[in-house]
Amino acid sequence: MNFLLFVFKRLLRLVLTVLIISTIIFFVIRVIPGDPALVIAGVDASEEEIAAVRAKIGTDVPIGQQYISWLGDIARFDFGESMISGESVNKLIFERFPLTITLAFMGIILGIIIAIPLGVLSAVRRWSFWDYLGMVFSQIGMAVPSFWLAIILLLIFAVRFPLFPLFGVGSLKHLILPALSLGFARAAVILRLTRAAMVEELSKEYVITARAKGLTETMVKYKHALRNALIPVVTITGIQFGYMLGGAIIIEQVFSLPGLGRLFLYGIYQRDFTLVQGGVVFIAVVFSLVNFLVDVLYSVINPRIRIS
Amino acid sequence: MNDSILEIKDLKISFGSGENKAAAVRGINLDVRRGEIHSLVGESGSGKTVTSTCVLGLLPEPPAIIESGSIRYKDLELLSLSAEARRKTRGKEIAMVFQEPSKYLNPALKVGEQITEMLKLHHGMNSSQSEKRAMEILDLVGLGDNNRVLSSYPHELSGGMKQRVMIGIAICCDPSLLIADEPTTALDVTLQLQILKLIMKLRRQLNMGILFISHDLAVVHDISDRVSVIYAGLIVETGSREDIFSSPRHPYTRLLLASIPDAAKRGKKLTAISGRVPDAEHFPSGCAFHPRCPLAEEHCSEQQPAMESLGGSQSAACFCLSKEWTE
Amino acid sequence: MSSFIEIVDLVKSFKGRGFSNGEKIFTAVDRVNLNIEKNTIFGLVGESGCGKTTLSRSLLFLDPPTSGEINIGGIDLGKLSRRKLRTFRRKVQIVFQDPNSALNPKMSIENSIKEGLNNIGYEKSRINDRVDELLGLVGITPAHKSRFPHEFSGGQKQRIVIARALSVEPDFLILDEPVSNLDVSIQAQIINLLLELKDKLSLTFLFISHDLNLVSYLSDRIAVMYKGKIVETAPAEIIMERPVHPYTLKLFSSVPGISPIDDEAGEEIFHVEEQGYSEGLPDGRVYHLADSKLAPEMLEIAEGHFVACYNEK
Repeated sequence: MNFLLFVFKRLLRLVLTVLIISTIIFFVIRVIPGDPALVIAGVDASEEEIAAVRAKIGTDVPIGQQYISWLGDIARFDFGESMISGESVNKLIFERFPLTITLAFMGIILGIIIAIPLGVLSAVRRWSFWDYLGMVFSQIGMAVPSFWLAIILLLIFAVRFPLFPLFGVGSLKHLILPALSLGFARAAVILRLTRAAMVEELSKEYVITARAKGLTETMVKYKHALRNALIPVVTITGIQFGYMLGGAIIIEQVFSLPGLGRLFLYGIYQRDFTLVQGGVVFIAVVFSLVNFLVDVLYSVINPRIRIS
Repeated sequence: MNDSILEIKDLKISFGSGENKAAAVRGINLDVRRGEIHSLVGESGSGKTVTSTCVLGLLPEPPAIIESGSIRYKDLELLSLSAEARRKTRGKEIAMVFQEPSKYLNPALKVGEQITEMLKLHHGMNSSQSEKRAMEILDLVGLGDNNRVLSSYPHELSGGMKQRVMIGIAICCDPSLLIADEPTTALDVTLQLQILKLIMKLRRQLNMGILFISHDLAVVHDISDRVSVIYAGLIVETGSREDIFSSPRHPYTRLLLASIPDAAKRGKKLTAISGRVPDAEHFPSGCAFHPRCPLAEEHCSEQQPAMESLGGSQSAACFCLSKEWTE
Repeated sequence: MSSFIEIVDLVKSFKGRGFSNGEKIFTAVDRVNLNIEKNTIFGLVGESGCGKTTLSRSLLFLDPPTSGEINIGGIDLGKLSRRKLRTFRRKVQIVFQDPNSALNPKMSIENSIKEGLNNIGYEKSRINDRVDELLGLVGITPAHKSRFPHEFSGGQKQRIVIARALSVEPDFLILDEPVSNLDVSIQAQIINLLLELKDKLSLTFLFISHDLNLVSYLSDRIAVMYKGKIVETAPAEIIMERPVHPYTLKLFSSVPGISPIDDEAGEEIFHVEEQGYSEGLPDGRVYHLADSKLAPEMLEIAEGHFVACYNEK
């Protein structure tokens, strides 16, 4: 019962967050210079033509009214039509969402596969070769911009040694390099965290007890300490996943992947209000949902705050 | 006649190197017999925890350096065992109970798991055998009526229950030597009594030898068979409980006992020991207690007194044992 | 005739937190009545969770109590304006268990003490002398005043904490486990110092400790606290020799250092919350009522000796 209440409160928070974000994006995009009507009508359109476009896309009514009617649309999960292309925003989003989410997933999984074992190894063999490797890796990962890495990876693994395709979609192979570029920075953060968490756990008193019990070092490190160290790592990883959605925009551009990121990028260029609004709200919802799931996951894996 | 389970001879341990070398333990002799509770009493920096950690084999070397000495457990010389052989004695032959169960128990593992893993490892039991035995252990430590305990996490238990679990973990593989490091210091007084009774009962039932480490003389008085007082890395006095509490001979022991407040001393000023407790980096020369000792003479700062037998089981290390004085 | 410190029906409750005990109210201090005479040492004993720490914090009035009165020198703290309360604070100081957390590691001990003096507007020209005086009072060489806390031993740090508490010239000192963290051989030094200061400066002490031997050595009067309520209060010798309340009996019989433990003896039963138990009480009175929402009565069973009990109705 308490768990349900907890879930309910969290969901409420989610809705509130999305609402606030939607409001912010609604007004922000209208503040930046640029008028979609102009984009659609063309640079040399006449006043009447522009006005006609405005009437068509709905920017001739007062902003307050636009906002209210848009809120109404959102409540019905209708993101409206793209001001530029006229297509349903919902349709556009759902067409491209699978690619982006797959990319994000692959990115985080690759990140985890590299970062967690390396992080644990770093902590367990501090100041060893592995530790230095891990530290270097995480430093690079945090300093290198993902698009630069993407380009470098492309140059090496698609041009110099044509192991991977340069662009486009079609198979999982197409997503490997993009996922790597996307996941690299995240992996760096996760590695650092894993190392820190593991080091901290290894210095705790229950580890002394574990050794005093005559347990093997393997059991002490990987059964006792790791279990506790993973608790914060899991949470942070979940949150990192959310960030990947944002990073996807750039990566998709570099690799010419027809995902959500590119969709929104062009929407912004063209001042396609509805598309951008819808996109941001959608991402806000996904991000909040991810956070929510992470919160729930955290309370499940951490026995201390498990609601019994 | 030797039913000693533990015999520490002339143990010397230091930390650091070169100029920063600090001798934490400077030649300790101590033995624990089967079925007895031998208390090691000392304050912070006295070397009592370093000693117990060394017996367990958990002293990190470096920074610790075992300079010399021997630690015999039954007929095994522990200091010459490999790390792996040493590990096998832990939990199975020599076990330890720690001070704060909330810190010393793994918060992410169920209590049952923390017991059964030992049974599986040391006694080769399978899941069902180890679970059955774990329940028997819980019963032994007084948690038998509660069948939730095995599947609980440490934080779901009260402080007293956690300490009983710690004790259960320690005894579950039938060790012959139990080291208890301040097991009741963090507990309330009524709980303390229960846990001390439990320890004594288990000593009797399992015929274990117990090395009980504490700074609390009142507790030591109530449970010990023998007492050794450690100061600045050396045992300064040892004897039976009666010897130490009824006729203490070393000035440190005498002053310590005199300084402890109780109702009988109401209205009288407490005998205080002047000065401060020395730490390993700055142990005074000669007899380490000399700066604080009312009997100190010149040679006390130059030479270290050897342990002198005082008849029976009592010995003390002091040059002024024959002097008459009051605290 | 009013006492120096009079606590009347003090209640301090806390609202439960989190989704599992949203509406639960936890009463840490439950209708406590205490009188402390000037220049005496009042000992408060109890086990963890009994409310003694909450009680001591309430006396500092950092958080107003849920209900009840705290009178110091005849003045009801609850009735003071905020400004007056601030000045009044000087009269009550507290010394905690851990000198490490009480002293700012980044401030020299001189500055730590000066802080208090500046706060009360002590005459600037005389502050340095006052710091020296205070340090001398507690046995710290004034020449060391520019040193930092980590350069001192545990016992010395606690002396510095005491010096700082005394800097504002309080009348009443709350000591919450002041020697528990110190080595045994140092405890006596600090206890002796406290007694000396009490006489020299005419202080009144509330001494809180789990160490019953220490409390029985020091106190003039002792109160025993259990689950937020005072269950017994009496002059120290009386409560040591002739305790009455079952909880007091249980507590005092657990004190180590009297006799070797006989682990084969059966568990002694103390009837602390037993219904209808009335040993030692006059007719019609019991120690425990199932519905203890009612306030117990403090019955004076001997001169100055009060026990909490209920009218069995």
